[in-house]
Amino acid sequence: MADINTHTFSVIVDNKSGVLARVVGMFSARGYNIESLTVAEVDEDRNLSRVTVMVTGTTMVIEQIKAQLERIVPVRKVVDLNNEGAFVNRELLLVKVKAKGERRVESLRVADIFRARVIDSSNQSFVFELTGSADKLDAFIKLMQPLGLVEVSRTGAVAILRGEKALLAK
Amino acid sequence: MKLSGSEIIIKTLVDLNVEVIFGYPGGAVLPIYDAIFKQNRIRHILVRHEQAAVHMAEGYARSTGKVGVILVTSGPGATNAVTGLTDALMDSIPLLCLTGQVPTHLIGTDAFQEADTVGITASCTKHNYLVKDINDLESTVAEGFYVAKSGRPGPVVIDLPKDVQNSITTFKGIKVKSMTSYKPVKKANFTNVKQAIDILLKAKKPIIYSGGGVINSGVKASSLLTKFVNYLGIPITQTLMGLGAVSAENKNFLGMLGMHGTYEANMAMHDCDVMLCVGARFDDRITGNLKYFSPNSKKIHIDIDPSSINKNVKIDIALLGDCYYVLDMLFKELRQNKNKLDSKSINKWWNTINKWKKIDCLSFKDSNEIIKPQKALTVLNDALKGKDAFITTEVGQHQMWAAQYLDFYKPNRWMTSGGLGTMGYGFPAAIGVQVAHPNKPVVCVAGEASFLMNMQELSSLRQLNIPVKIFILNNEYMGMVRQWQEFFHGGRYAESYTDSLPDFISLAESFGIKGMRVTDPKELKKSIKEMLDHKGPVLMDVCVAKMENVFPMIPAGAAHNEMKLSDKDDKETQTAEGLALL
Repeated sequence: MADINTHTFSVIVDNKSGVLARVVGMFSARGYNIESLTVAEVDEDRNLSRVTVMVTGTTMVIEQIKAQLERIVPVRKVVDLNNEGAFVNRELLLVKVKAKGERRVESLRVADIFRARVIDSSNQSFVFELTGSADKLDAFIKLMQPLGLVEVSRTGAVAILRGEKALLAK
Repeated sequence: MKLSGSEIIIKTLVDLNVEVIFGYPGGAVLPIYDAIFKQNRIRHILVRHEQAAVHMAEGYARSTGKVGVILVTSGPGATNAVTGLTDALMDSIPLLCLTGQVPTHLIGTDAFQEADTVGITASCTKHNYLVKDINDLESTVAEGFYVAKSGRPGPVVIDLPKDVQNSITTFKGIKVKSMTSYKPVKKANFTNVKQAIDILLKAKKPIIYSGGGVINSGVKASSLLTKFVNYLGIPITQTLMGLGAVSAENKNFLGMLGMHGTYEANMAMHDCDVMLCVGARFDDRITGNLKYFSPNSKKIHIDIDPSSINKNVKIDIALLGDCYYVLDMLFKELRQNKNKLDSKSINKWWNTINKWKKIDCLSFKDSNEIIKPQKALTVLNDALKGKDAFITTEVGQHQMWAAQYLDFYKPNRWMTSGGLGTMGYGFPAAIGVQVAHPNKPVVCVAGEASFLMNMQELSSLRQLNIPVKIFILNNEYMGMVRQWQEFFHGGRYAESYTDSLPDFISLAESFGIKGMRVTDPKELKKSIKEMLDHKGPVLMDVCVAKMENVFPMIPAGAAHNEMKLSDKDDKETQTAEGLALL
């Protein structure tokens, strides 16, 4: 078997209705796996949205995913960030922990170590906010599990190239 | 100039030189039908089922190189069109399909004859649109037409709510020649062109493998490919979709390749050292088992669609672009290059190929008692020679035999459902071809089972009264299904007998169309002449041998050099891993 790798794509699309459905539909129609996918408008003047999608596959599959994304008519640009040098990616996590006594205190200590913020609290619960790489978020969730974690909401990764290079000329 | 949405649609189509629309009216497109009624620039062809409208438009498009235009109503009109759209997507046929939609304020309310057309057709179109604002209408029709035709062609759907059709706005005369997001490639990278020629000229056993992309690139691409092949004097094989680009009479042509391709074409594909693929996509029916596909060759691939490169087969040199432009660049570079092919090696290669040819893989055992389907097509082929005929087919055994035994001398003369394999394609496609070429012979080679799938179009044919000839090779079986059941399922013919067939002569006559039947091999030549000489449409029932199999064939899971040549050949029809690969 060929090596399976995870790649992060930035996809610039026209911000029109149905574009996200086309992007997601391509993945399901061709049997590719999406690890995470995020989308939001990034340029109101030019009416552009940016999709960040993390996928796994062999080199051949990753090349195909790029080519298939480029075939979608309202797609402006597809960049495989792994092929463009260094990039940073971040994900936002919200975690709800329900606990009393020592466990409640311990959850605060762990949050402090991870530099997570408390954004809501009640007598018996906290909601923590944390940003970072998917690995860091996973580790945080794992530690919170025995401390009373009851709910998780996360955004999926967004990513951007390091250095001065921009994907689209301004 | 203030016009209604419907008038804008028709005016835009007229300005795009659209001459024919294939369609079927319904509630949600009545304003457009009203606009059609009030003009005489565009001819409307009334079909009897929306699937047939799409196939007619495909036949029209494939035989002319133009965009086929379809008009259907909302809901069932649109869903009936889905099979045809998928067919066109798989075979890269340029279509513009206009679908009616319920008024914008009713969208999402499960209104009468509402369907999520854009959602349903997203995966069976190159692109689709829902026009919610009258001010977007004109630009969308112009853009949709441009998307359908440019790059790798394909079907485009524009969904048109009824209130948009009735709204009034200013007609602007918008022309679309480029877009910001969608940018099809035309020419290839020059360094790759040089590398490709270097590799090609070092070849000792080269082959050209060309496909439907050459046909889509236009007549000039076919003639350039012919010049290219003749200049090099190297063998060429063509896919099912590519037949006719280089004439069947060209001495370098080895016949079709693939599962039911010729022995010499497949052997040459397997043993070659350099393969130049022109506008084809390494489909599984071409390659057989990928593990054993042409193991020792360097592969150069010309394609307009970047996603075709390295999709199934690893390529050494990719040349992205329109076949004509890339071939033109290659040919110019070729003629400037000081190196020449090593003629000694090429002669040796031809000697090997000629030995394979001697096997005469398309020979068949003829009979005096019963018409062999291969024989029927051989006689038809002789009768059509020199007449510049257009052939369409349905899908199955007859389709493969037609590809094997009929000769195509020019591009755009052969219309068949290659990618999707749509039974019911051929008959309506033939009507579309005849609409475009009223004075040329058009023959639909059909199987009886496929024909039944769109036979309601006999009514359209009668209305048009155009001389389409339907040539049914009637073996009373879904022949290819039966063949596979014989080979892969122990001869258990589950549901593949076409029971309760109509009397095709009476059927034709009930529509006012001439019906004929031939059962005696001795009558074949005379009957075919009578069919072709008849001024109007003919439905001909050719009763052929029932249990005939299509040969040669690459057994399931096998390599190109392991073809089974006939029933007598003791090769197994599948390898151990074969069944899952089919």
